[in-house]
Amino acid sequence: MAADSRESLHDANAPQSGETISCEVVVAIPQGLHARPADLLAREARRWQSRIELVADSQRADGKSILDLLTLAAEAGTRLVVEATGPDAREALEAIGSLFDRNFNEHAGSQES
Amino acid sequence: MLPAAPAPAMLKLQGIAVSPGVTIGEALVLDAEGFRIPRRFVERSAVDTELARLAHAVAETAREMGHNRDRIHAELGAQYAAIFEAHLAMLHDPRLQQELTTAVRDRNWWPEYAVSRTLRRYAKVFQSLDNHISQRAHDIYDIEKSLLRNLLGERRETLAAISQPVVVLAHNLTPSETANLDRRFVKGFATELGGPGSHTAIVAEGLEIPAVVGVGPFLADVSGGESVILDGNEGLVILQPDEETIARYRLEEQAAKTVATRLGRLRDLPAETTDGVRIQIMGNIEFPSEVEQCISRGSDGIGLYRTEFLYLTSRREPTEEDHFAAYAEVVQAMNGKPVVIRTLDLGADKMLTETTSEEERNPCLGLRSIRLSLRQLPMFRTQLRAILRASALGDVRVMFPLVSTIVELRQARMVLADVMEDLAEHGIAFNPKMPVGMMVETPAAALMLDAFIKEVDFVSVGTNDLIQYTLAVDRGNKEVADLYNACDPAVLRLLRRSLDVAAEAGVPANVCGQMSGSVMYTQLLLGMGLRQLSVPASAIPEVKQACRSVSVADCRLIAEKALAMDGAREVKAFLRDQLRRLHAQTVA
Repeated sequence: MAADSRESLHDANAPQSGETISCEVVVAIPQGLHARPADLLAREARRWQSRIELVADSQRADGKSILDLLTLAAEAGTRLVVEATGPDAREALEAIGSLFDRNFNEHAGSQES
Repeated sequence: MLPAAPAPAMLKLQGIAVSPGVTIGEALVLDAEGFRIPRRFVERSAVDTELARLAHAVAETAREMGHNRDRIHAELGAQYAAIFEAHLAMLHDPRLQQELTTAVRDRNWWPEYAVSRTLRRYAKVFQSLDNHISQRAHDIYDIEKSLLRNLLGERRETLAAISQPVVVLAHNLTPSETANLDRRFVKGFATELGGPGSHTAIVAEGLEIPAVVGVGPFLADVSGGESVILDGNEGLVILQPDEETIARYRLEEQAAKTVATRLGRLRDLPAETTDGVRIQIMGNIEFPSEVEQCISRGSDGIGLYRTEFLYLTSRREPTEEDHFAAYAEVVQAMNGKPVVIRTLDLGADKMLTETTSEEERNPCLGLRSIRLSLRQLPMFRTQLRAILRASALGDVRVMFPLVSTIVELRQARMVLADVMEDLAEHGIAFNPKMPVGMMVETPAAALMLDAFIKEVDFVSVGTNDLIQYTLAVDRGNKEVADLYNACDPAVLRLLRRSLDVAAEAGVPANVCGQMSGSVMYTQLLLGMGLRQLSVPASAIPEVKQACRSVSVADCRLIAEKALAMDGAREVKAFLRDQLRRLHAQTVA
């Protein structure tokens, strides 16, 4: 799922800073993108300089804001486009894609956040 | 993403009208904890100080959340602590912090106002989502509450401290909160909860301020300080009213004053029908201060003095002197005109003092009113002693509420006789012939009235409860409130039966529910033989005007027709039509 869509990213030309690159991910957590994963996602996004946004249909959320991410109300199965703009856009997308791949460690059962 | 605060559009919210009148005023919002969040602005020079205050409140709130998280983690485990972790994450959300800072620095909003406005906007978005994320709105309100508590600190302002005219908007107001509203400043109120006929509604009517209840969730849309219109006639709350609407309501406010002046001229004219039948119009009161409003409108007496106020506003049980002082004030002001004092009509669940330890599953059908009094004899005796002492000062009559069996009536009379004996022994003055009456407000009482009537000096039909018990409808429950209808044929039949039985026995009867205060029912009630109505002071002129414009002969025909109908809707339409005709005649 998410991994496949990120393949295309590697084929893209190296982005200029200021250019927007994107990848697609799917929410696989049964309860949807709820408070804990939204928090993890925002924390991850904040590690990067680039502007990061998540897009679901017509709705757009600031990837660095848990409140904004929650307003997406993304349920299990929702396809989201992650967009990154800035000098470290590629690394940011990798890191966020990997969070989705690991399913936000939901099954680890721990609360390491 | 959240839209930047859009240009506000006018928003009309429909609630339930419980106290008439219209008013335009500044909104004062009370949240669940009764905070007041006024819209204030910060002086440019004070922006940095205010930002520091905001930062301090955020830090303090974060400290509390962290503390709660650790405590819950230790006590219940990580799963439960996660909720506070989420609160912390939301509180520290960079976007939120940015928005708050911008609101204070660029818009010069007072931090309290910025917090409330911004967080409520998020809460509103969450509430609008139709999945489990909508529950997060509670978290947002929690965060708002904590931040406000830390911001306001000791400067927390309460309802009691209002010092300028406002329209109070609240989730809910208890009867005692309502009773304590300062009438000089509170021009009206609207609540999210509540239904018609609730105690809060009755208190509002007594205060003669427009009130709308049962609006549903709307407080997320207001922060306080903005202009709102309250229409207590139509049950509307209008947020962000446009110029045109404001102008229209200003006219309406003015027109209401003109009508009041016109009706005021009726004061010294008798409530006599066109065919010469004199109708007694009495006032319903809750507070001694309302007597003045009854007298100034020419009432023939007090038909219902509700004494719950004495029990609701204090944590301790009222003493005999508390009772007596209130009763004496009313009786002396009425100067020889009758005053019907109703003994405690509350459920055990409403009492502030500890009366029962068991939680009742169904308080409306539980230990309340006369049942409670008969169970709490010392409390009952205290009230009866005060009523009897007041009976030496004027025409006092006592009335027992919610009587449903003859045994209750006899027991209550026995306690009264016992208290009389006691007073006589101590040489304390009272009227040994004080009339004793009962409320007819259960179907049981209406059906058995031929038995009860031999043991009372008067009866009063309380339509609010009679409707509720006959139709099995909780009038405070929004889901079924539309079934609560005074026009229901079942209610009308019980009412007619009660009036017939009383007339046959030659016992005076009165109707004191909301039904008697609405001119829509005046012709019907007179037609069913009623000659005494007890209404809120504010309704006296209008009801008197209605009595003076009709003939008993016509009223009888109207009552006959209404009683032959099968459905509430049909009856209501018919009565509306009759009222319209009456108005047309009066104006012509």
